[in-house]
Amino acid sequence: MIGSAVPRKEDAALLTGRGTFVDDIHRPGLLHMVYVHSDEAHARITHIDAEAARALPGVLGVWTAKDFAELPARPSVPGLERGYLAGDKVHYVGEPVAVVVAADRYLAADAARAVKVGYEPLPVMATVADALAPDAVPIFAPLESNLALEQQVTPHDVAAELEAAPRRLRARLVNQRCAGAPMEPYGVLADWTGAGPTVWATVQAPHRVRAEIAERFGLARHLVRVVAPDVGGAFGVKSSFMPELFLAPELSRRLGRPVKFVETRGEHMVHTYHGRDQIQDLEVGFDDEGTILALDVTITVNTGGVPDPVGIGLATLTSYMLSGCYRIPKIAARFRSVVTNTTPTASYRGAGRPEASFLIERAVDLVAHELGKDPADVRRANLIQPGEMPYQTPFEGIVYDEADYPAALELLLSELDYAGLREEQERRRADPGARLLGVGLSTFVEMGGFGPTPLFEQFGYIGGWESANVRLQPDGSAIILVGTAPHGQGHQTALAQIAADELGVPFDAISVLYGDTAVVQEGIGTMGSRGMPVAGNAVRQAAVDVAAKARRIAAHMLEAAPDDLVRVDGAFQVKGVSEATVSLAAVAERSFKPHLLPEDTGLGLECTAYYEPKNLSYPSGAHGCVVEIDRDTGRVHILRYVCVDDCGTVINPLNARGQIHGGVAQGIAQALYEKVSFDADGRPLTASFEDYMVPGVLDLPRYETHHIETKSSFNPLGAKGLGEAGATAAPQAVVNAVVDALAHLGVRDVEMPCTPERVWKAMRHAS
Amino acid sequence: MIPAGFSYVRAGSVQEALDELARHGGAARLLAGGHSLLPAMKLRRAEPGVLVDIGRLGELSYVRVDGDRIAVGALTSHRTLERDPLVAEHVPLLAAAACRIGDPQVRNRGTIGGSLAHADPAADLAAAVLALDGVLVARGPSGVREIPAREFFTGPRRSALAADEMLTEIRLPAAGGLPYAFEKFSRRALDWAVVGVAVQSRPGGGAAVALIGMGPTPLRATAVEEALAAGTPAAEAAGLASRGCEPPDNVVASSAYRAHLAEVLVGRALTAL
Amino acid sequence: MRVEITVNGQPHSAEVESRLLLAHFLRDVLSLTGTHVGCDTSSCGACTVLLDGVAVKSCTVLAAQADGCAVTTIEGLAGPDGLSPVQEGFRQCHGLQCGYCTPGMVMAATALLSERPDPSEQEIRDGLKGNMCRCTGYQMIVESVQWAAANGGAR
Repeated sequence: MIGSAVPRKEDAALLTGRGTFVDDIHRPGLLHMVYVHSDEAHARITHIDAEAARALPGVLGVWTAKDFAELPARPSVPGLERGYLAGDKVHYVGEPVAVVVAADRYLAADAARAVKVGYEPLPVMATVADALAPDAVPIFAPLESNLALEQQVTPHDVAAELEAAPRRLRARLVNQRCAGAPMEPYGVLADWTGAGPTVWATVQAPHRVRAEIAERFGLARHLVRVVAPDVGGAFGVKSSFMPELFLAPELSRRLGRPVKFVETRGEHMVHTYHGRDQIQDLEVGFDDEGTILALDVTITVNTGGVPDPVGIGLATLTSYMLSGCYRIPKIAARFRSVVTNTTPTASYRGAGRPEASFLIERAVDLVAHELGKDPADVRRANLIQPGEMPYQTPFEGIVYDEADYPAALELLLSELDYAGLREEQERRRADPGARLLGVGLSTFVEMGGFGPTPLFEQFGYIGGWESANVRLQPDGSAIILVGTAPHGQGHQTALAQIAADELGVPFDAISVLYGDTAVVQEGIGTMGSRGMPVAGNAVRQAAVDVAAKARRIAAHMLEAAPDDLVRVDGAFQVKGVSEATVSLAAVAERSFKPHLLPEDTGLGLECTAYYEPKNLSYPSGAHGCVVEIDRDTGRVHILRYVCVDDCGTVINPLNARGQIHGGVAQGIAQALYEKVSFDADGRPLTASFEDYMVPGVLDLPRYETHHIETKSSFNPLGAKGLGEAGATAAPQAVVNAVVDALAHLGVRDVEMPCTPERVWKAMRHAS
Repeated sequence: MIPAGFSYVRAGSVQEALDELARHGGAARLLAGGHSLLPAMKLRRAEPGVLVDIGRLGELSYVRVDGDRIAVGALTSHRTLERDPLVAEHVPLLAAAACRIGDPQVRNRGTIGGSLAHADPAADLAAAVLALDGVLVARGPSGVREIPAREFFTGPRRSALAADEMLTEIRLPAAGGLPYAFEKFSRRALDWAVVGVAVQSRPGGGAAVALIGMGPTPLRATAVEEALAAGTPAAEAAGLASRGCEPPDNVVASSAYRAHLAEVLVGRALTAL
Repeated sequence: MRVEITVNGQPHSAEVESRLLLAHFLRDVLSLTGTHVGCDTSSCGACTVLLDGVAVKSCTVLAAQADGCAVTTIEGLAGPDGLSPVQEGFRQCHGLQCGYCTPGMVMAATALLSERPDPSEQEIRDGLKGNMCRCTGYQMIVESVQWAAANGGAR
């Protein structure tokens, strides 16, 4: 079944309106919780007047920070503990100040508006520059300045190498703030019955959420049940520990009734954490052939008003991936994370790696531009060759698995008809009536398959492994419990395909369950492109073990040696003796008959496997974008978007195509449309889908997808992951194309998003 | 997401609707398709105490020929404007603008009267009605009056309509067979116009040019119109598109870019005639 | 106020607040939770249903406005012999990932095909303009609608 484009098991329910998203769940006596959010970016709270709200019909209460003083802090950066609601001051617009519970969502909304908060304004620092200004006041109390973290990632500098390089160039790149904006906003339903809560939540790592809830409430973990039901997209932003994960259970406990919180979209845009938001200062040393000799990078991250334990250090991952697909002898990297009066930032699809890929791919194009060389040739001069794999990058522990980067680039160039495009570009440049044509390349590599454990521990997870329990039912069908918590990736389907091959059970006779800590063994979750490379291998291992036991039982039934059996249509058969056959169903049933089993054989056909990856995996590829630009308006129109991806073993080509499409769409969105903006007073300018430019069906192109399948030797399945590859590859493919279209005018960079106005300004400024 | 509470009245006739408006003073708002008002109410930017639902007044949904004018009932949906054969024959500019509004679901519900009464400075239909020299018919307690489109829009989301009046009809001079063009520049396909232009050729020569997104109200590009009337070539006249405009400067676009877009779009519209 | 609304062929009568949105009437009063809410600005289309056969965003219609009308939701689309062609098209062509936008997308596509049984790609994209998807990048949705057009259409 591996490699087969079967339709998904998930779809039947989702297509008939019978999915179960958090807001679809009802419990008797259900109450609704809403926040009162700060509408000031930086202010001291002088008073909170909730009397009018409390007096409204159906209102059960209004609570503020002091009401949760007993609750230990949310998972936080050590020393920078954060509470659940703003205490004596607010740090950004959208920070929760109070929480209201009422009998229904309408009454709760009314009550939230009736809560009056008094503010005494403080100086607002909405940008990194403002927050680092000499006279800036510290925003987040335990910190003495707004520099929350400054980290030398490499022990050395590259001053000597840069000095020795025949050529050098510097650039400042901006990787703007983006919102994950899954179609389903954040939601939690908590029902504290008996000794602990059941919490349904739109999360990516239910076991971790369970652990954090249990810890806050001083409960043993078995008393807390966390369920991630159908999750309507997450893209990393549902991996942060939002206060509602703890407030809903606490209020359910206090009120003795179930409590539900579901964000509105406007709320999502200021409350749920954003991603990206890096300023990258780079210097690259190279020779006349375009060979890169050294790279020096300083990254400045806007962490927002309250540092998030993941967000504060994400630039570590950016640093680790600065080498891109290239042989760069020496790299120096450092980053600083800065507190500003904006919504906090943390993971968003790719979480640190798209920023790296953008940096190095823009740098390569800048080198080409400087030398007057073709960007394809500069890439050819620097790409790591297939014979060098596995490749040790300049960063300890970052070792690329098998791939053929040059082959991906050459396939892309031939699919694009690169030479033909260059001719067309020249023709159009000469014709003032023609739209300008640009071609952008992105040869990228990113990290997938998160773990291993020592890395993932740094993000607060118990491990970087994943778990799977495979168990045959007495009729030979199978149920698989897996520790991931997907949100659209199709794990029910892909993991069943993997198990079907190992077990010899038909695909249709396998069910995959996940997302419920009361049912599933300890698991980690879905993030970091780890579904197939980690969970896939856990399922595979558990299935292999179950199949081995089934073989021993079958051998006993057929009075043969296990090694003498072959699999025929799922059944066991003594090699060459077709009448000596036993079906898997018969073997499964036999596994429940203790008196008929071989000696020392335990009952049942069931195995739990924990797969710990030896290393990360490294999905890679080459993406190309062809744009045309309206000379009058600056509008960028994508003519073609071509992907060549190497995610190792492709489990389900249909799912794989979907993941690439979706990732590329988000990458194009970052390149052309999306940016979370604030005004100078820190007021959000993009707090709705009318203002935040999530692209629609007419705004995105067709995607042409191709695969090179180089199996990774780092895991038995050979899979590398691909959930984040598209989002990693696409931004710079598009931006490189935009800049390429304008290069003859002397344009060297256009900041994302390359809106018509920005492109128009770049053209006007250049001419 | 949740509108503030209000009382709801369904009007059985235009007179009933007017009576309700009169009874509640400024507290009542008319609800037609609801696609301007309900979104504002959900964000609590509007909190009317009373909604008078006129959505079922079938008598206000029509397109008919009225002498040398086309009469469009205020409750005619955008979707009807897109497809109506009389609109296509006599005021095709209106259809060209209608089909660029929002999305199919919005066009199914939204009405011409609702859109005009909402008086958004970037409303597509406003540009078309302005360029067509339309006249808006308002009914109030003291009877019926005609308001020329050029006098209707008085500020951002403000109009000449009194609180106790309702739009009942839009009268448009028939312009069948005369060249027209509608150009809209939006960030995403779904969005409101950053800048839009509607151009309608006049029977005796010259053209009316209306702009949206270029000021506090939809407006006529009089400098362009005068230049065209004086025989100035289209390309040159287009260069006057932003003259006298005070386009907004905000996160959607700078005023300089809007001014530039106006020139480009007017140029394109005039070229397309 | 009392509203009487026929939903998926089933008449319903309920006492509701005048401000109740049709989307919440379907979800909270009738427990038809297939209709999703994805935004508060009538932008995303996740809440699309058919109101007297016409696609509308049910977050921008009051239940009061639907009084006396017939509503079709995603739950009313599949027949006794299985998925509708549009639903089946989405399944065959992987037109959904997380599934949250899907009910609205399927309803919008159904309305589109009932008016244009054989749409071009451009017409499909125009017809789905009011529906956002954050997972698929839309191409496989377009292919799903093409599949449906070739296999029974809006039925």
